[in-house]
Amino acid sequence: MNMIHNLPWLFLLLPLVVAAIDWVCLNKHPRLAATLSLLSAAGTLGLCIAYLTGLQTGTPDTYTWMPSSLEQLNLHLGLLMDPMAMRMMLVVTGIGLLVHFFSIGYMKGDSSNLSRYYAGLSIFMFSMSTIVLASNLAMTFIGWEMVGFSSYLLIGHWFDKDSAADAAKKAFITNRVGDFGFLLGILLTLGLFGTMNFADMSGKAAGIAPAVLTVTIICLFCGAVGKSAQFPLHVWLPDAMEGPTPVSALIHAATMVAAGVYMLVRLQVSMGAEAFTETACCIIASVGAITAVLAAIMAVQQDDIKRILAYSTLSQLGYMVMAVGLLAGEAAMFHLYTHAWFKALLFLGAGAIIVCCHHEQDIWKMGGLSKRMPLTVLCFMMGTCALIAIPGFSGFFSKEAILEAALAKYPVFFWVGAGVAALTTFYMLRLCIVAFMGPAREHGAEHAKEAGFTMALPLLVLAVMAIISGYGFIANDLVPANGFHAHGFELGLPFYASMGSLVVGILLAVAIYGLGGRTKDPLAGNCISKALRNRLYIDALYDKVLIGGLQQGFAHLMQFLDSYIIRGILCQGIMWLTVRIGYLCSWIQCGSLRAYTLITGIGLVILVLLLAFQF
Amino acid sequence: MIPLAHYLILSGILFSIGLAGVLIRKNIIVVFMCLEMMLTAANVALVAFSRAQGTAGVPVYDAQVLSLFITGIAAAEVAIGLALIVAMFRARRSVESTALNTLKD
Repeated sequence: MNMIHNLPWLFLLLPLVVAAIDWVCLNKHPRLAATLSLLSAAGTLGLCIAYLTGLQTGTPDTYTWMPSSLEQLNLHLGLLMDPMAMRMMLVVTGIGLLVHFFSIGYMKGDSSNLSRYYAGLSIFMFSMSTIVLASNLAMTFIGWEMVGFSSYLLIGHWFDKDSAADAAKKAFITNRVGDFGFLLGILLTLGLFGTMNFADMSGKAAGIAPAVLTVTIICLFCGAVGKSAQFPLHVWLPDAMEGPTPVSALIHAATMVAAGVYMLVRLQVSMGAEAFTETACCIIASVGAITAVLAAIMAVQQDDIKRILAYSTLSQLGYMVMAVGLLAGEAAMFHLYTHAWFKALLFLGAGAIIVCCHHEQDIWKMGGLSKRMPLTVLCFMMGTCALIAIPGFSGFFSKEAILEAALAKYPVFFWVGAGVAALTTFYMLRLCIVAFMGPAREHGAEHAKEAGFTMALPLLVLAVMAIISGYGFIANDLVPANGFHAHGFELGLPFYASMGSLVVGILLAVAIYGLGGRTKDPLAGNCISKALRNRLYIDALYDKVLIGGLQQGFAHLMQFLDSYIIRGILCQGIMWLTVRIGYLCSWIQCGSLRAYTLITGIGLVILVLLLAFQF
Repeated sequence: MIPLAHYLILSGILFSIGLAGVLIRKNIIVVFMCLEMMLTAANVALVAFSRAQGTAGVPVYDAQVLSLFITGIAAAEVAIGLALIVAMFRARRSVESTALNTLKD
C-alpha cells in the first residue's frame, strides 16, 4: 500500500496531534511542549519546501466526512495543492516557524502555563493550514472558525488580566458577526453554483442573475470583513494586541488576518473574475479603501508601539481588500506576501524591544534605543523601509502593483492609496524617531540591552526577506498566486505618486518630531488628537448602541421574561398556590389522636348517612 | 319480658360512653377500654336482635355467632393492642396519646 501521496495530510495532522499532546500531557513540561511545537512547525515547513521544489508530488486522497443522499451536499475533506496554496503554506509555515523560535526567547520567565501557549500556536498552525489547503468552502469554514478559536485562546493567554480576557471575547464575538454572513454566502454559493468545491466552480457564474451574484459575493465578503478586520468590524484587531507579541506577529499581522484576502482571491480564481460583479467590486474596494484611510489616520496618534503596528496592519489589509475589489488578485496576494514578512518582522522587532525595555510599550517612554540595541533597531528599520515603500524594499513593489491596478480601473482609489502611503510613512517615522532617537526618557529604555539569540535570529531572517522578497527572482517563485510575474522598476504615475507621498511623509514627520529631541507629542492635546486616540469613537459608538442599547435592551427584555413570567408566574406562582392550599388544609394535621378520631368518626357518620338514606 | 327498646337503649348508652371516652381521654389504656366498650355495645345489640327476631323461644343464631366472632376478634385485638401499648411505653415513657407527636415537629 503506497501512502506516500497522502503525505500532505501531515500539514494538518502534525500540528493537531502536537497541540493535543501539548495540551493534555505536557502541562508540567513547557520546554518539551515548546520543542514539540517547534518541531511540528519545522516539519510542515520542510514538507512545504519539498512540495514546492518538486521533490514530492501527487495529490492526496479526498475523504467524505459526512455523506449525504444528495451528491452535492456531501461534506468532503480534501486538499487543494495548487501553487497558490502551497506558496501560501510557505508563508504560513515559514513565519510560523520563526515565531515559534522567537517565542522561546520572548516567553522565557513568563509564569503562565507555557504548554497552553505552545498548544495554542500549534492549533493555530493546524487551523490556518486548513484554510489554506481547503479544497471546498465547507472546509474553509471549519478552518475559519478554528483560527477564530485559536486566536481567542492566544489573545486571552494572560486571561487573568481583565483587558486580555475582554479583548479575546471581543475578537471572537466580532468575528462571529462576519462569520454569520460568510456562512450565508457559502450556502448561497452551494445553491447557485451547485457545489462547494473550488475546482468545480469555474464558468458556472455566467448563468446567474447579477443581483443574486452580488448578494452572494457580499455575503462571502462579510467573512473577510470579520477575519481581516475591515471597517466596520475592525474594532477587534487593535484590542487583540493584548496577546503575547509573537502571537500578534503570527496571527494578527502575517497570516490569520490575511486569510480573508486569501479566501477572496481563491474565490476570484475559482469562480472566475466575472462572478465578481461591478457592484460587488465597488463595495469591496470601498470598504478596503475606507479601512485603509481610517486606520492610517488613527495610527497617527497612537502611543502604544503594538497598537501603531496594529493600525498599520489594518491599513495594509485595507490595501489588499481594495486590490481584490479592483480585480487585481495577484497584486493583493503579492502585497499579502510581502506584508506578511515585513509586518511579522516589525511585530517581532517590537516584541524584542518590549522585552528589552522591561515590558514598556509606550513609545514616549522609550527613546535612544538605536544606541542600546542597534541590531534589533536595524532590523526594525528594514521592516519600516519595506512598509513605507522605499524603492528597493519588498513593500515598494507590491504597493506599486496595487496602485497600478487602481489607476487602471478606478483612479479615485489610486489617490486614496497614495494618500494612505503618505500617512503610513508619517506614522512609522514618528514611531521610529520617538522610540529610537534622542535620549532615553525612562528607566526601562535606559537599561535596554540587545535581544538574545532566539529573538535576534528570526529578526535577521525576516529582515532579509523584507528586503529581497519583492524582487522578481524570488517573488515569481514564492508569491501565492498561480503564475505570478513580477514587474521591475517602471517610471510612471504610480512611481511618482508613491515617491511623492514618501517624501511628503518623511518631511512632515521630521518637521514635527525633529530628530528625537521631543518629550511629548506636539500634535497631542487638541480635539482631533483626542478623537483619534479614542479611535474616532467607533468603539464607543458600538458600546453605546450595540452593547448598551440593543444588547442591554434585549437583556432587559429577557430578564423581565425570566424573572416575571418564568420565575414569577410559572415557578413561584405555582409554588405559592401550593403553599397556600397546604396552609389552608394543614389544621387537619394537628397531631392530636382525638381530633383524628373525631374527624374519622364524622366522616364515617356522613358515609353511613349517605349509604343509608341514598342521598 | 324486657322489650327490645330497652336493650337497644342500653347498647346506645354503652356505645356513646365508649365513643366519648375515645374522643376525650388521653390515656391510651382508657381509650382502649372504651373501644372494647363500643364493641360490647354492638354485641348487646346483636344478641338483643337475635332474641327479638326468634320464633317460639328459638333465637336467630346467626347474630349470636356474629357476636362470638366479634368477641374473638376483640380478644386478638387486645393482645396486639396491649403489646403496642407496652412498646409505646418503653419508647416514650408515657401512655398518653399526646406523647405521639414527633411527626408534627
